[in-house]
Amino acid sequence: MTENIPENTSSETPPKKGMPLWAQITGWGVMIALLLIVFVGLQRAREGNVQAGAETASFDFTLPLFEGYEYEGKDEVSLTDLRGKIVVLNFWATWCVPCQQEADEMEEAWQHYQPDGDVVFIGVDYVDTEPEALAYLEEYGITYPNGPDMGTEISQAFRIQGVPETYFLDRDGVVQYVQKGPFATTQQIIGIVESLK
Amino acid sequence: MKKLNILILLIILTSLLAALPVSAQEGDNEVTDDEVNAIARELFCPVCENTPLDVCETQACKQWRELIRTKLEEGWTEEEIKQYFVDNYGARVLSEPPKKGFNLLVYFVPPIIILIGVVILFRAFKEWQGDNDYEDEDIETLEATEPETSENDSDANDYMAQFEEELKKTK
Amino acid sequence: MLPSLGYGIIVITFLVTLYSVAIALYGENKKDGAMIESARRAMLITLPLITIASAILIYLLINDRYDVEYVWSVTNRTMPTYLKITAWWGGQPGSLLFWSWLLSVFTSAVTLRKWDRDRELLPWVLVVTGATLAFFLALNVFYENPFKLIPAGVPTPLDGRGLSPLLRHPGMIIHPPAQYLGFVAVTIPYAFAIAALITGRTDDRWIRITRKWTLWAWLFLTLGLVLGMRWAYDVLGWGGYWGWDPVEIAALLPWLTISAYLHSVMIQEKRNMLKQWNMILIILSFGLVIFGTFLTRSGVLSSVHAFAESEIGPLFFIFIAFTFIVSFSLLIQRWASLKSETEMRSMLSREALILLTVLLFLSILIISFWGVIFPLLSELFTGSKVTVGPPFYERATGPVWGALILLMGIAPLSAWGHSTITTLGRAIWKPALAALIFPIVALVSGITNWIALSGFTVIGLVITVTIREFFIGIRARSQNEHLNENYFAAFLHLIKRNRRKYGGYIVHISMVLIGIGILGIELFQTDTQQHLALGEEIELAGYTLRYDRLDQFMHEDGRRITRGEMALSKDGVYIETLAPRFDLYPDGQPMTIPAVRSTLVDDVYVILVNWEGITRESTPFKVYHNPLVKWVWIGSYLFVIGILVAVWKDEDKKKV
Repeated sequence: MTENIPENTSSETPPKKGMPLWAQITGWGVMIALLLIVFVGLQRAREGNVQAGAETASFDFTLPLFEGYEYEGKDEVSLTDLRGKIVVLNFWATWCVPCQQEADEMEEAWQHYQPDGDVVFIGVDYVDTEPEALAYLEEYGITYPNGPDMGTEISQAFRIQGVPETYFLDRDGVVQYVQKGPFATTQQIIGIVESLK
Repeated sequence: MKKLNILILLIILTSLLAALPVSAQEGDNEVTDDEVNAIARELFCPVCENTPLDVCETQACKQWRELIRTKLEEGWTEEEIKQYFVDNYGARVLSEPPKKGFNLLVYFVPPIIILIGVVILFRAFKEWQGDNDYEDEDIETLEATEPETSENDSDANDYMAQFEEELKKTK
Repeated sequence: MLPSLGYGIIVITFLVTLYSVAIALYGENKKDGAMIESARRAMLITLPLITIASAILIYLLINDRYDVEYVWSVTNRTMPTYLKITAWWGGQPGSLLFWSWLLSVFTSAVTLRKWDRDRELLPWVLVVTGATLAFFLALNVFYENPFKLIPAGVPTPLDGRGLSPLLRHPGMIIHPPAQYLGFVAVTIPYAFAIAALITGRTDDRWIRITRKWTLWAWLFLTLGLVLGMRWAYDVLGWGGYWGWDPVEIAALLPWLTISAYLHSVMIQEKRNMLKQWNMILIILSFGLVIFGTFLTRSGVLSSVHAFAESEIGPLFFIFIAFTFIVSFSLLIQRWASLKSETEMRSMLSREALILLTVLLFLSILIISFWGVIFPLLSELFTGSKVTVGPPFYERATGPVWGALILLMGIAPLSAWGHSTITTLGRAIWKPALAALIFPIVALVSGITNWIALSGFTVIGLVITVTIREFFIGIRARSQNEHLNENYFAAFLHLIKRNRRKYGGYIVHISMVLIGIGILGIELFQTDTQQHLALGEEIELAGYTLRYDRLDQFMHEDGRRITRGEMALSKDGVYIETLAPRFDLYPDGQPMTIPAVRSTLVDDVYVILVNWEGITRESTPFKVYHNPLVKWVWIGSYLFVIGILVAVWKDEDKKKV
């Protein structure tokens, strides 16, 4: 423990020094980094979900579809493939009661547009279990493409605040309208889609 | 390289074969709540933040526990089930960030900072020891010559000194 | 009428506080004593003002005034009066007002002290406390008005939403106030520290003035943590008491820095060293209090404790940035004058070991802080959310806590100034030998886990060393022919003579008792969950629980209560009946209330697993066996006693 230290050369007390530069730089650095992180975190917490007017090109995704569902013959659908079409992106889950309220309306609206092929409905199943999801889809007789949100990546990209939430994308993939909570009537859905045409 | 690939393939095949009969056997058994909970407690509910899955009361969590049960009945291992959860619901279902990529920082930064702290402290010690012209040998010899006092611990001495003083005051 | 009056008073208080800060600054600049006196009086008015505003709020809460939004959101007609009063701090706006009120109490108390020797500190203490108070009032004035009426045109609701069921518990009376008191009390030493930095009176005067304040802050921070743990254990029904939730950690962080401060401050008092350290630790403590409050109230982090999303984030952020930048700038500016003649002769001296203690406390701080902040970082840089959960914190901080306890056993034996292996060894071998009883007892009772055995050894060492410290003092007194005291009188006088030292030792003992409980539950907790039909049994850890009956009934406040009864027995001998419960509130919120049989050896903790669906033929029960957990609570009580001993007025001080 004790080491031999050569006799100290100066016996007077040295002049008092300020805080060493490295400590100052580290202190400021850490403080600014911390404030920045918190600032960005705060921004995120406050901005909420993706708003109307947002481009979706930056977060393209490919949604694997549940068994028994397909889009144009494939068992997956990617957002970029849908450019040129109006997209109704609906986030839902089986454990979500309001989702059940709008399930029939969503299907009805889909039946209304399906023959045209101009409007595409996509159901994204948010943190759910597959057997439950399949049972739910069967119960409500939902026919539009549906798939699980693997790794919650799609919902994180849209920063959804809860389910159900529905995003209406125009032909350029730009979000035009966001519905939080369930739809009351089929007409409401159709009305919004028509306004995008 | 090729040889290695074949070797790996062989290992995978044999381990699969070895695993098969076991899983077939397990499939018949009924899975207990305890077995489900053992896995559920190490997973976090993806919707209610910071709640372990085994004590989460929501309908969603109940479904996930059922999922674990189903997978266990199918003979999945704990690792496979956890991986399935990560694939489906993202890394946040794990109670700790997976040890790769950016997430490694969570494990390395604190020890590094603490280590830097220790080094700074140690260097400061050296400096402080150098600050005064104290001969360590002097102390050693001092102690050697007065074994009686060092037998007692210094705190007791402290106390006795303080105590004597108090006595003087009270008189 | 009343709500507008309440809001008006808050606005006036806010203006008065601003006036006090401004006039204190101006008076200090002009060296005008009258102005500073005016600032002091203005500060004193804030307490009666906020008290009246709070009284109005409580009146509205008790009288079911659902035309006030806050009253509607946190109370309903079925809540008992005591819960309606606690609803004062049951939501964001009310709890902010409560916070301001507490701060005003502390500020007034400190403003009323005798200032003769410290006149120059007064204006700056007023400025710092005043600015903090003004900030919290501003949150009420601009964003979270507790007196806000429901929108005009909407009919007054007949009933309120009521407090969240989790908060409808007697624990609500004491846990939040204790926690807030702890947070708020930190402001006082911080204000003095900043005043000392600004005025350049960087000797240890500020430390001497705030000694008691800091101890009170520590007491309440500890109480807040402990009561929260107890509440979680009794109500939350997950068999534990600490889940490393961000809000729990936010409460732990200032406790860590204050603990570190209380140790390092001894070095400054005894050896006049480490002035810079003490300054940093107090500033850190206040920073962490504000930062933690911000994280949990602004919606940046999500947690079971988090308040609903709120608009207060940006203002809070500005206040934090301001506090950090000003404090650090001042610290840099006065760094030189805080330098002291440090001399550390050996690494085993008392001061060196205490410094090591401080380092360990800060290590836990760094680990916990990093764990809390990391999910934010991860989301920012990788876009994916991650959870930093209990396994991380337990693995990372476990060894550090262990090292802290080891130091508790060694440091009291080392001497100030200089110690060597030889002197330390001579002092330690006897207590260390005695301490071996602990692991031996553990081994005999069948524990072979090496972590537990080494843990018990270190804990044993702390106990024997601390008892030895007491014993030396007692023997010295009782053997002295002048005093002629018996052992008990000697014990009492010993503590009286040096409250801080022996209070500190009591805290040490209490910490290791808590350690025993933590080792027990962390390493040896077992549990099982089974579906039972009436008459069936669960066996766990040598206990048998027989399922005897199931009742379902309505409580007068609208809860539907499901209550199971289980007969607990061991080796065929009946012990008692445990009745776990499940309450379903009218708004659909469930509460799972465990039944616990607690002894010094172990707890049997039973819950009715309502979420799996309950029928008479198949009722799911979950049983936890938590060994030694009662020691956590025993240690906690002793901890509080220890701090009270330390904080009590020294009698001999008055004589001098």
